[in-house]
Amino acid sequence: MAPRRDRCYTREHSSLFEGIYMSVDTATVRRVARLARIKVTDDEAERMTNELNSILGFVEQLNEVDVAGVEPMTSVVSVKMRRRQDVVTDGEDAAAVVANAPVSEDNFFLVPKVVE
Amino acid sequence: MTDLTSLTLAEARDALKAKTFTAVELTDAYLAAMEAARGLNAYVVETPEIARDMAKASDARLAAGQAGPLEGLPLGIKDLYATKGVHTQACSHILDRFKPVYESTVSANLWADGAVMLGKLNMDEFAMGSSNETSHYGPVVNPWRRKGSDVKLVPGGSSGGSAAAVAGRLCLGATATDTGGSIRQPAAFTGTVGIKPTYGRCSRWGLVAFASSLDQAGPIARDVRDAAILLKSMASVDPRDTTSVDLPVPDYEAAVGKSVKGLRIGIPKEYRLDGMPAEIDALWRRGIDILREAGAEIVDISLPHTKYALPAYYIVAPAEASSNLARYDGVRYGLRVPGSDIIDMYENTRAAGFGAEVKRRILIGTYVLSAGYYDAYYLRAQKVRTLIKRDFELAYAAGVDAILTPATPSAAFGIGEKADADPVEMYLNDVFTVTVNMAGLPGIAVPAGLSAEGLPLGLQLIGRPFDEETLFTLGAAIEKAAGTFSPAKWW
Repeated sequence: MAPRRDRCYTREHSSLFEGIYMSVDTATVRRVARLARIKVTDDEAERMTNELNSILGFVEQLNEVDVAGVEPMTSVVSVKMRRRQDVVTDGEDAAAVVANAPVSEDNFFLVPKVVE
Repeated sequence: MTDLTSLTLAEARDALKAKTFTAVELTDAYLAAMEAARGLNAYVVETPEIARDMAKASDARLAAGQAGPLEGLPLGIKDLYATKGVHTQACSHILDRFKPVYESTVSANLWADGAVMLGKLNMDEFAMGSSNETSHYGPVVNPWRRKGSDVKLVPGGSSGGSAAAVAGRLCLGATATDTGGSIRQPAAFTGTVGIKPTYGRCSRWGLVAFASSLDQAGPIARDVRDAAILLKSMASVDPRDTTSVDLPVPDYEAAVGKSVKGLRIGIPKEYRLDGMPAEIDALWRRGIDILREAGAEIVDISLPHTKYALPAYYIVAPAEASSNLARYDGVRYGLRVPGSDIIDMYENTRAAGFGAEVKRRILIGTYVLSAGYYDAYYLRAQKVRTLIKRDFELAYAAGVDAILTPATPSAAFGIGEKADADPVEMYLNDVFTVTVNMAGLPGIAVPAGLSAEGLPLGLQLIGRPFDEETLFTLGAAIEKAAGTFSPAKWW
């Protein structure tokens, strides 16, 4: 097995954010998982808490950057977005729209009952 | 007859035109090679019937003198591209049985130019990964092995199937996509050439979305000329993708072989990381020497925000991914796992359908976009992104034509070798490539040598926006001096 040469980068980066950084607890991970509509088991929540904290620790170094007066990027290429005529160009094909639905009936998507 | 799969795409194109063999013969040679290489797991679906039908049609057009630029040339398509009526799952369980009723613009462009589809290529689930180990269909095996070793190595990711298939001669060329390095890192790990064009050069319509402000389509090919030929066909302006750019697509192939005399090549000091492996540094120096000897002018430059690109990426990309992947809800397509009510159904479906890495990124993205954290994370990351882009703009404004860096911090590593590692350790694979996505620039990875263990190592060239031609010219100069690299067949 080859030596894990890129370890050195991990160490280099970790040294940058030793100290205080925002971290999440398992309850927060559960809340976020609920927002994202992903069911997590207790074990998963615990494991994800550690992983998320590792990632949040890594991104913490952005706090070193002076961003005063800097515009946030909204478009990476400086071209004006094209416009088109506001007319219908597609549609009228319900069968194609539902073709891949796991459950459908008469060109409607079927879901569990939402309103009593 | 010599093995047809040993030809490059340009050679096969010319031989088909000269009627040395037929498109059906060429396609059959590839289908046989794919069958013999199933152990590499590069393809998740083979489409031999479609391939033979397309090849027959190509032979008819060749006979009638109506050949397109890619007539009869067999290609592999990354599973992220929508292909009409054919398995398209971005190698995720959650898209089980999804067969699009439409074709992606890029693949449609390839078919319109006469290319032949061999099948769909393995990849990291939703393109999230740097080793192709997050695929629902299992890892891809790199055709390259360390000298005197039979340890199975990763081909890189996320376009690992594309890179392995090209290196293993299981297609003439492949489509790929690149959000943080997913074309260039696997190309570097497999001794192939991969180019991520400028954001907006190729239409994203019909690509399964990961991070929409970063995703770009591009080819992986055997050499620089083949990559140029493929990109010419893939690129187009598209009314269905408003971020695709209405600029003429140049004849990229014409840029291959041009002189590099007088071109100014920037060498960014920030890419010389502490503890960088000696052979990566040596490869970089060799690249500098090659370009200098070919007549280019080498200048030292500074891109001061380089080290912040990767952390900023790990806010921006998951944020966009958490939004894009919200559509997988068990209602419109793919997997559905029942639940006690609709929310329970959503949660069960997404818990079963997404793999661990995808869940991790969705959670990070949801967290950084959630109330109270948006400014601290997402807004700050987008400001840092402005600064990263400005670094490049200043370098180009000062007269630099392109920038030379290593493509990856190491050669290919073993399958499972990083399984227990911190997720951040895997992310560091993209430390040299991710800056390019953050700035929307074109970047090409070109193999330039072998490691002490006999594995390919790549260099990266970063260009001005929409100046892919200069990258092909410089890449070809490196290739001319360094040669091309093929693995010894063992599979």
